Amino acid sequence: MANHDSSVAIVGVGLAGIPDAKGKSELTLQAEAAVAALKDAGLTTADVDGIFTASNDMSWIPSVLVAEYLGIDAKYTDATNIGGSSFEAHVGHAAAAIAAGLCNVALITYGSTQKSRRSRSLGAAGPVRLTNQFQDPFGLPVPLGAYALAAKRHMHLYGTTSEQLAQVAVSTREWATLNPLAKMRDVLTIDEVLASTMIAEPLHLLDCCLVTDGAGAIVITSANVAAGSRKPPVWVLGHGSAHTHATIGNMKHLTQPSSTDSGRRAFEMAGVRPDEIDVAEIYDSFTITPILSLETLGFCGLGEGGPFVTDRGTGPTGSFPMNTSGGGLSFCHPGMFGVFLLIEAVEQLRGESGDRQVPDAKLALAHGTGGALSSSATVVLARG
Amino acid sequence: MSDIERPAPQPDADSAPFWAATLEGVLLVQSCLDCERGIYYPRSVCPFCMSENLTWNLASGRAIINTFTIVHKAPPAFAGEVPYVVALVDLPEGVRMLTRIVGCEVGDVHIGMDVEVEFSPLTDVAALPYFHPVA
Repeated sequence: MANHDSSVAIVGVGLAGIPDAKGKSELTLQAEAAVAALKDAGLTTADVDGIFTASNDMSWIPSVLVAEYLGIDAKYTDATNIGGSSFEAHVGHAAAAIAAGLCNVALITYGSTQKSRRSRSLGAAGPVRLTNQFQDPFGLPVPLGAYALAAKRHMHLYGTTSEQLAQVAVSTREWATLNPLAKMRDVLTIDEVLASTMIAEPLHLLDCCLVTDGAGAIVITSANVAAGSRKPPVWVLGHGSAHTHATIGNMKHLTQPSSTDSGRRAFEMAGVRPDEIDVAEIYDSFTITPILSLETLGFCGLGEGGPFVTDRGTGPTGSFPMNTSGGGLSFCHPGMFGVFLLIEAVEQLRGESGDRQVPDAKLALAHGTGGALSSSATVVLARG
Repeated sequence: MSDIERPAPQPDADSAPFWAATLEGVLLVQSCLDCERGIYYPRSVCPFCMSENLTWNLASGRAIINTFTIVHKAPPAFAGEVPYVVALVDLPEGVRMLTRIVGCEVGDVHIGMDVEVEFSPLTDVAALPYFHPVA
């Protein structure tokens, strides 16, 4: 295990408004999640000196807004938005900032009321600028269509089947049946996935993540502060981020996202091998997403993701516990899911996951994918 | 058809030559005069070697389908057109384009298919380069 002297730890996590905001704003939800996370850590807003958030629609200065709402005067601020993986990237940024002495207690938040506000759309209308002028006029549903293009290519290259894709949704739903907060808790079958509405081939409705409200927050701090935290710290052993393209037309290999690079960096920093991971939280925006991530992170070989999810098993009875909250497919997906991957990983390492607890989980991975398979950020975590 | 206005290109200094050519039924592809690589979408600097010495070439109009999806649930502006095929096609000029595949049944489209360009009128500033199977 790594030396913790210069390490940082996650000492608090909190959720709010899942799956329904019940009339509250995304700002209120983030404040509730932040308070829950700080109470979890035994800290207060007065202790926070670093603020991290990402938003697609809340504000043009979202970290500044969240800090204002909570009365936090930050000396370090970061509103990096690289899509749903932003929050894994924030962990890396916070770890670097804390190690450099630029802040000591970092608060990462995310919240959205996209479900309540019905703000989600598959595409633009009217004049389109910049790189969108080469994509939106052709009618590709975004971001879903990009993942469909990758899935089709994966099937062509490796013989991956719709049943294997569906298995991801089915196994993830098994976890969700064990999570009282999950939006979708009824057992799901492969036939039901395959019979659900086709959106963009090969992706059916039940190959796609949910559209929900929700917020999450994380408190991350130095070893000194972590030593006095209420609960056992969860150590950040390694982190890495990478991106290769923004638009899907500029993705070189459709089946190999930048998780290859983010994962390698995170594992190397952690001094951990993929086969040592006890529980993996791997962004499941669509069923193809974790299959590509499993391959590029090194849990299996290229092209082996389909057989991996069926043969190893990623559900509660499988040998590779993945997306134990029920994931973006069945737990919640308020536009960006990255923060919830981290929260679930922390709760698993603390042994707080109730019916869905992975026995004796010591090492966890949280891996985010953002945009059109554009960005990747990986975090390796260990219990104290 | 949908009442929602279709997304339409808004040309800028980088893209104006490309879209202007589409109105003439011509597919132009950029390349770098220093590293000789093809570039798409159009830019003012080469993403491979940082050269600003770029030029426009008349494309052959041929391409091969790298991957595709048949869209059944479309963005609102396209709701009246389903099912339709959106594809990534690889051009011999060394670039990959996002496009539509037209001129055949959606079920006949396959990866590796040889296709060639045609232009679908859209606005007074741009026509869309679609591709259809080579006869």
